[in-house]
Amino acid sequence: MFDKIWEAHVVREEPDATTLLYVDRQLVHEVTSPQAFEGLRLAGRRPRRPKATLAVPDHNVPTTDRRIGIQDPVSAAQVRTLEENCNEAGITLFDMNDVRQGIVHVIGPEQGFTLPGMTIVCGDSHTSTHGAFGALAFGIGTSEVEHVLATQCLLQTRPKTMLIRVEGTLSDRCQAKDIILAIIGKIGTAGGTGHVIEYAGSAIRALSMEGRMTICNMSIEAGARAGLIAPDDKTFAYIKGRPMAPAGELFEQAVQAWRQLPTDAGAKFDSVVDLRAEEIAPQVTWGTSPGMVTGVDGRVPDPRAMPDEKSRQAAERALEYMALKPGMPITEIRIDKVFIGSCTNSRIEDLRLAARYAQGKKVAAGVHAFVVPGSGLVKHQAELEGLDRIFREAGFEWREAGCSMCLAMNADVLQPGERCASTSNRNFEGRQGKGGRTHLVSPPMAVAAAVEGHFVDIRAWE
Amino acid sequence: MEPFTTLTGLVAPLDRVNVDTDQIIPKQFLKTIKRTGLKEGLFFDWRRRPDGTPDPGFFLNQPRYRNATILLTRDNFGCGSSREHAPWALLDQGFRCVIAPSFADIFYNNCFQNGILPVVLKPEEVQSLFQASAAEGFELAVDLAKQMVTAPDGRRYRFEVDPFRKDCLLKGLDQVGLSLKHETAISAYEKRRRVEAPWLFIDLMKR
Repeated sequence: MFDKIWEAHVVREEPDATTLLYVDRQLVHEVTSPQAFEGLRLAGRRPRRPKATLAVPDHNVPTTDRRIGIQDPVSAAQVRTLEENCNEAGITLFDMNDVRQGIVHVIGPEQGFTLPGMTIVCGDSHTSTHGAFGALAFGIGTSEVEHVLATQCLLQTRPKTMLIRVEGTLSDRCQAKDIILAIIGKIGTAGGTGHVIEYAGSAIRALSMEGRMTICNMSIEAGARAGLIAPDDKTFAYIKGRPMAPAGELFEQAVQAWRQLPTDAGAKFDSVVDLRAEEIAPQVTWGTSPGMVTGVDGRVPDPRAMPDEKSRQAAERALEYMALKPGMPITEIRIDKVFIGSCTNSRIEDLRLAARYAQGKKVAAGVHAFVVPGSGLVKHQAELEGLDRIFREAGFEWREAGCSMCLAMNADVLQPGERCASTSNRNFEGRQGKGGRTHLVSPPMAVAAAVEGHFVDIRAWE
Repeated sequence: MEPFTTLTGLVAPLDRVNVDTDQIIPKQFLKTIKRTGLKEGLFFDWRRRPDGTPDPGFFLNQPRYRNATILLTRDNFGCGSSREHAPWALLDQGFRCVIAPSFADIFYNNCFQNGILPVVLKPEEVQSLFQASAAEGFELAVDLAKQMVTAPDGRRYRFEVDPFRKDCLLKGLDQVGLSLKHETAISAYEKRRRVEAPWLFIDLMKR
């Protein structure tokens, strides 16, 4: 599948095989684009295909009452700069008060902007999310954002390919998030470096589009350039009727082509990894890298038992930062905050799932829990279904859409020493606020932790 | 972009694996709309103690590394976020070369866009450089054309780099300008694809 998409996008090759690759679509947000637009202006260049680009502010936007605007003047200036740049360039922008506003990787699929077989880029590492549709999608730096705006192309070296097969049936109450965390735990945070990963196997095929997006989203946490999942009838059904998707005869024509995308039998990969879905327990990270992860039925590992000096040092440092003792059962880790949201787990299905577990429960005393929908439309849909009421009655705050505490660029921040169960994608030191301690989990695991005040094995909860 | 040809410079060692771009430059510095002035944010959280004062134990706070231009570090440097603010901050601090056993892809790529040379050496070579860097004033000579790092004791370390990237860095070429020279090829490609896959060319709706 990777080869088919790559070869369909080669404009030309340099003698050393560096490829000028055509980019079908670009997503733009406020943080990584101002210097790119400035670069274009300084060089007297214009965007080549402004109508192949979609922009939205997401990282800096407040998730509380938006009628008062953005209080931080620097954040406000960055969002205003995006609006000015898009107006000048003729790029479609969903502004902060547009119901379609949301996290860039939520709104792309939601609008039908993301289609199989495409090349999609964005100045954001989690662009890998869109690979769930069988699109080659990857994060780029700001200089490359400028390059794509100017030329609709990128200079690329051909990555290697990795096949990750997950066969079998996932245990009851385990989620896509548990699969991808288990994969990262197995291959490591640099295990996919230089590769595009294709996820396959019966456990992957059984996932909803939302679940597949969660898997591909965290490809970058395994170091991979991109993640891919073969498009199928589920994919086509998800796309059909969305505002920016092809309609009528053009849709049928596209589906014909998309059916040719999946990897042919006998295709060669540079490496292959196998997992059994039954063996995957609900996952919880214990350290400061997504690869530092274990089953909820496990214990905080002992660095002395690590195979080499470097992992020992890294684990010791992580445990010190996380204030955890080796051998402690994961279920005894007490938490202060719960964040349900981010481009990993903020889509309607994530919220439905979380609400199912939150229904009739109460957030534990002393725990502050909040839900941040991935987009204004996800929020609207959730409210139609009464999910907001379930969350509020259980003691969760119900917020406006955005990246929020996944990276804490807005006002949603952990205080030093605070411990958070988070459905986001990164548990780096200080990621959710200086001195903050992040444990990555699935939405149901986050809800259960909020209610009990500590991690619980969701399989045995109730 | 400033070309990179040869560099002889002071080496600053950062002995950690998996240094992510959130650590290289934390989020509060990403609100800028400029590329310059980012050294204030470089390793911000590691440079300071909890009370906000500089941590004298952190390498960049030590006078001996003040003028370092080569950063020596460990595996998977630059993992995580795609923020180009990470190489911008390193450049602003004066680093023109980073040596490690491996880099995260996006960071590696971003370096070449900014006149920084990322050098991949074997783990045992990096280990021996770490040992040598304990000596005050330890310098290395980096020659991109020859793809060679030379230590003061005469030991030489060869590294690989894609010919195209090497050429761009040696000459300080504007990559956008290079691609624009292929306008005819790009237009021809678009024309062909409009027929093959017309659904890829639906213009996004107006606001």
